[in-house]
Amino acid sequence: MTEQIDKALAREYEAGFVSAIESETFEAGLNEDVIRRISEVKGEPEWMLEWRLKAYRVWLEMEEPSWAHVSYPKIDFQSISYYSAPKSMKDKPKSLDEVDPELLRTYEKLGIPLVEQQMLAGIAVDAVFDSVSVVTTFREKLEEAGVIFCPISEAVHKHPELVKKYLGSVVPTKDNYYAALNCAVFTDGSFVYIPKGTRCPMELSTYFRINEQNTGQFERTLIIADEGSYVSYLEGCTAPQRDENQLHAAVVELVALDDAEIKYSTVQNWYPGDEDGKGGIYNFVTKRGVCHTNAKISWTQVETGSSVTWKYPSCVLKGDNSVGEFYSVALTRGRQQADTGTKMIHIGKNTRSTIISKGISAGKSNNAYRGLVRMNPGADGARNFTQCDSLLIGDQCGAHTFPYVESRNPSAIVEHEATTSKVSDDQLFLCQQRGLDAEKAVSMIVNGFCKEVFKELPMEFAVEAGKLLEISLEGSVG
Amino acid sequence: MSNSNVLLSIKDLHASVEEKNILKGLNLEIKPGEVHAIMGPNGAGKSTTGYVLSGRDGYEVNSGSVTLDGEDLLEMDVEERARAGLFLAFQYPVEIPGVSNLEFLKASVDAQREARGQEALTSAEFLKLAKEACKQVNLPVSFLKRGVNEGFSGGEKKRNEIMQMILLQPKVCILDETDSGLDIDAMQVVAEGVNSQRSPERSFIVVTHYQRLLDYIKPDFVHVLADGKIVKSGDASLAKELEEQGYAWLQTEPREDELED
Ligand SMILES: Nc1ncnc2c1ncn2[C@@H]1O[C@H](COP(=O)(O)OP(=O)(O)O)[C@@H](O)[C@H]1O
Ligand SMILES: [Mg+2]
Repeated sequence: MTEQIDKALAREYEAGFVSAIESETFEAGLNEDVIRRISEVKGEPEWMLEWRLKAYRVWLEMEEPSWAHVSYPKIDFQSISYYSAPKSMKDKPKSLDEVDPELLRTYEKLGIPLVEQQMLAGIAVDAVFDSVSVVTTFREKLEEAGVIFCPISEAVHKHPELVKKYLGSVVPTKDNYYAALNCAVFTDGSFVYIPKGTRCPMELSTYFRINEQNTGQFERTLIIADEGSYVSYLEGCTAPQRDENQLHAAVVELVALDDAEIKYSTVQNWYPGDEDGKGGIYNFVTKRGVCHTNAKISWTQVETGSSVTWKYPSCVLKGDNSVGEFYSVALTRGRQQADTGTKMIHIGKNTRSTIISKGISAGKSNNAYRGLVRMNPGADGARNFTQCDSLLIGDQCGAHTFPYVESRNPSAIVEHEATTSKVSDDQLFLCQQRGLDAEKAVSMIVNGFCKEVFKELPMEFAVEAGKLLEISLEGSVG
Repeated sequence: MSNSNVLLSIKDLHASVEEKNILKGLNLEIKPGEVHAIMGPNGAGKSTTGYVLSGRDGYEVNSGSVTLDGEDLLEMDVEERARAGLFLAFQYPVEIPGVSNLEFLKASVDAQREARGQEALTSAEFLKLAKEACKQVNLPVSFLKRGVNEGFSGGEKKRNEIMQMILLQPKVCILDETDSGLDIDAMQVVAEGVNSQRSPERSFIVVTHYQRLLDYIKPDFVHVLADGKIVKSGDASLAKELEEQGYAWLQTEPREDELED
């Protein structure tokens, strides 16, 4: 079987095409001038520029982290371009009719039609292409409900009080190396505000696409769910197939005020590089949410892409009775490396958290779960349950689990379960003996393994995620 | 003898596992509708026979031939053999956590129907068949929702195998010690499941250690497999003799410890 897997992993990356779109791209390099120019093309107010420059100076003092179970050549931050936008976006299109048809075609090819009539009813999309948001659909319908869903660059202008109050409030500038870099050079991303007591009438989603060569994507997402509100948000990501590595360093901040609930789902399918590990996206992402009293944040992620993933969506359970959840499927193959997990910081009383992590490794890949559960002294009666399962396909891949527990409250309860299993020859043989081919068998076994996580995804995306796994596994057995 | 009347034909089959010769000249001919019982001491090669016929990785055929319905079975992949109508009920059924029995069965039936150019069954049609099959092997319908063999008792696993057989409607069924470890009630359920599937087109190879299963599944022929080949064949009465006398008297050559006697 190992042999079959070996010869296999030459699967196609379906989103690997490049769109012929004329872009305005900054020359490579990073300094204060570049940051001023980013701020200028976005017509940002002075306070935003100051915030960026401050972050840049913080970043200069920081060191690139090396503790993750991943290895890659040192990134030359001067060889990256920090801004690229389709030329047609220069005079901002007012409606879909004015958007470059090639851009619309790109999204259509990716299965995300941006023309509202063709869209899945009930899902609003913000489409981010390289450094800018090209279109946000269903805005009027959302506005009727008082929901704000727009590019963050627009929110800086239209809702400065909210942006000033919350930007950097969950992930401070100096939090980590990539977060600081993102604060300095972030270009676009989505902004969401759900007013008090409002249940967002549709799913919100952002679709990130890297197209231009040698550019980094530094997106910034900020979601604020006001008291008693609810929102479900999904992000998807793809990039062309290129031999060079590209950097994606995003920051996502979630604020769930009292009694609010945010469900945040990710289907990450950045280009993973070829089977020898050439090319692919470095996905270095900081995602964190803060829960106030009785609030709930639920992260669900399906990570199948990127050559290196470094990502720990976390919850700060600040308010009493607040709830944090993390459901993750991370699949690595070829030479992919993933170091992913979560942090659950229990501050309030009776806070609860659940972590379900499913790591699947195939080929020569490495897949690590890294999680921290911290019970602060005030977290009376807090509880955590963690379950980490690893599934190995073949015998040249690696699975690792690094659970950290810090309990400073004797009444807090932390439970941890971990398993490692293999797609066994016996299982494959049973499936084949019943008439299934090996590929179908593996994808069924893997889907079964991931079931607990898939059921957390919104319906349409659960199906998508299943298909994505199937495509990702194509050729993973002979 | 005309080949057209033979469903499964095994001729002078030699096979090895990890360089060790296990089957050493196996001959067996099975006509449609026949039930053949294979008995024999542990390590004789009974399970190996099932694996070699179904094409499992690691089981090397060194010489001989096997045809199913006149087609060269040994040329086919595992799943092709299954689709051609070969079914193996496992001695030790494996678990597939998280994959529901229903999903697994539907996928299997779909794959086989597709290969035969038959139309796919709708979910509703299939569910109806699956529920009936559950009833036939005395498994609660709730087992369709559970993971394949996940947390099943020994007896439930074996009944689950028979349920799969009922749904897949194979031409040749190999049951590898499906009765071992079962109490008498469970064994009867298994036997009834098999009997209900007997038909003029379907043949069975029933591997067992015990005469008692053969009281319920009346075989047309009984064979004794020892050291990789069939050393004796007879009708159902042979099973009774074996039960009373063991296998030692059939050994082709006396064992060393017997010689010293
Ligand atoms: N995977 C294997 N590797 C090595 N030897 C095996 C393997 N499978 C079976 N054998 C050997 O082949 C012989 C026949 O085994 P088996 O077919 O299981 O016998 P039976 O089912 O008649 O008890 C035994 O000596 C057993 O040890
Ligand atoms: Mg056996």
